[in-house]
Amino acid sequence: MPSQSSSRAVGVGRVLIAVYAVLAIAATARSVVQIVERFEEAPLAYLLSAVSAIVYLAATAALLGRGRVWYVVALLAIVFELVGVLTVGVLSLTMPELFAHPSVWSGFGYGYAFIPLVLPILGLVWLAVRRPGADARGTSAEHVMVAPR
Amino acid sequence: MVEWFTVLQVAVAVAAGLLCLVLGLVGRLPSDLTLGATAVVFVFLLGQVVVALIAPAVGNVASGSLLEFWMYLVSAVLLPPLAVFWALVERNRWSNVILGVVCFAVAVMVWRMNEIWFVQVA
Repeated sequence: MPSQSSSRAVGVGRVLIAVYAVLAIAATARSVVQIVERFEEAPLAYLLSAVSAIVYLAATAALLGRGRVWYVVALLAIVFELVGVLTVGVLSLTMPELFAHPSVWSGFGYGYAFIPLVLPILGLVWLAVRRPGADARGTSAEHVMVAPR
Repeated sequence: MVEWFTVLQVAVAVAAGLLCLVLGLVGRLPSDLTLGATAVVFVFLLGQVVVALIAPAVGNVASGSLLEFWMYLVSAVLLPPLAVFWALVERNRWSNVILGVVCFAVAVMVWRMNEIWFVQVA
């Protein structure tokens, strides 16, 4: 069983992944509702909603995955997220006519207790801590996971 | 939805969330207590599914979007079993924190469902 854990899905990182998973479910459900019920009202905002949902799903999967490829995917997804929440956050305040309809990223994620704004920052910190190969902590953590407790 | 049931459900989810979060942060491993508390939250959610199925038939109709309501309810029902499953696979303190986070998420979602049912106009 321990060998199934990636070096990023350990300790407090698992809480991060759990929050990502919840946000991924929330964003996906919301964007499905928006697109099914009233896509024509605000196509741009709702497309962004769908994109954010996909990025959260990708980040969740990538954080769970093992190895360098998943690390890069996680990094790209989380950076995209940070850029997304900042851009949409600013645009929703400066150009409300385009982003009048709520998405996960509107108003810097105020509808979700600003978690979408804080999460990518915590995600980047976590990725920096668990950088593959750059330090011994990643491998020692694997040994801790394998060691019987 | 039924308002008093919502309030009870949110109170139970918040209490369970606090319990799991605190026990996790002080370093306790997942136990019958924290898994049980999350299970109670799950049972209340199943009760909510029954309520939501029966309510429209007896004249208690949702004012807002039913699709949105059921998206929330189905997502919420999925969360506790997933968190419990993860806690059983990997038994450490963070599993308790995750149980707590999920219980809080359920509380927020149930509150939002209440808004869709009573406040939102479709």
